[in-house]
Amino acid sequence: MNFKLKDIGPQLMTVIAVVLVFGFFTYNAQVNMESRGIDFGYGFLSQESSFDVQFSLIEYDGSHSYFRAYLVGLLNTILVSVIGIIFATILGVIVGIARLSPNYLINQFAAFYVEFFRNIPLLLQIFFWYFAALRALPLPQDAEAMFGISYLTIKGLYVPAFIWQNFNIFFYSIVAAIIAIIVIRHRARKLQETQGKQTPVLFISIGLIFILPLLSFLIGGVKLSFEIPVLKQLATTSFIYEGGVSLPPELIALALSLSLYTATFIAECVRAGIQGIGKGQKEAAASIGLTPNQVLKLVVMPQALRIIIPPTTNQYLNLTKNSSLAAAIAYPDLVLVFAGTALMQTGKAIEIVSITMFTYLSLSISISIFMNWYNNKIAIQEK
Amino acid sequence: MFKYLKQLTSLVAMVAVLFTFTTESMAAKKSKTLKNTQKKGFVRCGVSQGLPGFSNADAAGNWTGVDVDVCRAVAAAVLGDANKVKFTPLSAKERFTALTSGEIDILSRNTTWTLSRDADIGLTFVGVNFYDGQGFMVRKSSGITSTSQFKNGISACTNIGTTTELNMRDFFNSRGISYEPVAFEKADEVVAAYDAGRCDTYTTDKSGLAAQRTKMKNPDEHIVLPETISKEPLGPVVRQGDSVWEDIVRWSLNTMIEAEEYGITSANADSMKTSDNPQIKRLVGAEGEMGAAFGLDNEWNLRIIKQVGNYGESYKRNIADTGILPDRGPNELWTKGGILYVPPSR
Repeated sequence: MNFKLKDIGPQLMTVIAVVLVFGFFTYNAQVNMESRGIDFGYGFLSQESSFDVQFSLIEYDGSHSYFRAYLVGLLNTILVSVIGIIFATILGVIVGIARLSPNYLINQFAAFYVEFFRNIPLLLQIFFWYFAALRALPLPQDAEAMFGISYLTIKGLYVPAFIWQNFNIFFYSIVAAIIAIIVIRHRARKLQETQGKQTPVLFISIGLIFILPLLSFLIGGVKLSFEIPVLKQLATTSFIYEGGVSLPPELIALALSLSLYTATFIAECVRAGIQGIGKGQKEAAASIGLTPNQVLKLVVMPQALRIIIPPTTNQYLNLTKNSSLAAAIAYPDLVLVFAGTALMQTGKAIEIVSITMFTYLSLSISISIFMNWYNNKIAIQEK
Repeated sequence: MFKYLKQLTSLVAMVAVLFTFTTESMAAKKSKTLKNTQKKGFVRCGVSQGLPGFSNADAAGNWTGVDVDVCRAVAAAVLGDANKVKFTPLSAKERFTALTSGEIDILSRNTTWTLSRDADIGLTFVGVNFYDGQGFMVRKSSGITSTSQFKNGISACTNIGTTTELNMRDFFNSRGISYEPVAFEKADEVVAAYDAGRCDTYTTDKSGLAAQRTKMKNPDEHIVLPETISKEPLGPVVRQGDSVWEDIVRWSLNTMIEAEEYGITSANADSMKTSDNPQIKRLVGAEGEMGAAFGLDNEWNLRIIKQVGNYGESYKRNIADTGILPDRGPNELWTKGGILYVPPSR
């Protein structure tokens, strides 16, 4: 222990300053709340919320607690973020690679898409997709069936519901298929490293993932039936579909606009990553006889990913945080349900806003941690 | 020597502390909010983001409406000029925080007076300037003429952060109807979504329905159903803890209503000073000391009537003549079959 005051002095002062500033604000808030007769506490979380929410992944109605309402909002936020991240990634990778295509039409179209969508404020895009969709989509009674079983209407997308018998057996068959694929891949790699033999892993994998679940149907007693949505009349001109699963147009519009917007940034990350790999690498790979596909898969992508992952993580975080714009179009996310309705009904502004902030912070940090883990995994392993 | 000096200092300190305490308590009597308002030279008033008839800004940024008139009345009373008001448009979600945090001093934004709001969140309701109730709007073509025709699966557009959401649940639950609530943050989006056909019905306070109907693409295609599912007494709100300011706002509103009762209008207010009726004379500042208790002069109520008008004038100008709700319904004086009844100014 050889601390010198000179070394720790400035740090100590910074810590004290931070503590003092926070202390001042806390004290100030306490005094002001006391003088205005507002009490502070989290007891309200167990009270009955007495408001309903349009769309929820867990069972919820107004007789549940505010905490349950918080969970509903949180799950809806996670749902739209996950959908958004998946579609943004797929679209982003396609567009990013398309921008490097030698085909003039394709790369210009990709460039136009990127420039167009990333330069319009997201809130405007959300409004556009929501209200454009509302104006363009048919009323339930006018909707044409898609594949005879699904309906896209102004009141949402109605798709058939799956009704399973012995679902657990089907689930186990998929798990078994995935484990088998991992084992086979592992063995194939070993085989290649030791004997230089190549195994058609892809075909075997595809076969497994189809055959095992199929067996579960044939001999495992798994049965699947569909519940197809049926038109129901509420009044002379108002109709809905009953049965099946309905996705509200708010969710679709929000997921669509978040994906389209964030995909532009991911596309740029992907393009930068691929362009960041020296031309010589590709030429060297080609010169030892690798096919263009192998060049991309074995030489370019593993290196490009290291450039792509960190900025893409930022985009995932942005997408998650941007999902809070949902409040504008009535998608019941965390901000609308908890920092909106619940805050209004209880008046607990400081408590609710702090919980909401902490929740977004936790979500962001979780994504960060996962992406950092992935980034480390694909980083160059120095031996 | 030092000993005495020490005692002397503590004595001075004690006197100073005592003095600050006395001056503070006297200022508190005179109302901190009133003092701040007079120092600033304008009343800070929270209103809606645009609800015709209640608080709505025109293209030039001039606010009109019955809610706006309450703030203008207070400005006339405490500052002598009804135009010295700074209006802050607030969403339903922001309104109470803006008031309790001291950003505004009066919240006059079609706000329902309920027990939990009055008791819980540091607010005090001072009165009712509009008796309202929640209703439903539907498309005429739907053929629905009563809420009893509502069926399972109906979707209802509304705003978040209002009593509407709670009433709606009570209503549908008590009838055992399953429904889909679609709740937006701003009224404009609610109207746009309902108008586009997203929802089968639009629910909010009936005055709001009547006002928003005027904004629809084709107002004649929509009707407001006759049923009223809740009591919504709307009124101005102040922060808890400044009882003098609370009284000023309450009696500014009461003055407007009572002036109508006694037939005092903005046009005849001055001539009423020589009336034979002492009640009328008190209302125009010609008798008694009606302002002293608030720390105001004696003609504060006269200025309200002259500059803003009585309640009937305000209603006619903002709600009846604009075609929103020509029929005053419960918002008629108690002497004419309504329920407007305020304590006497004496």
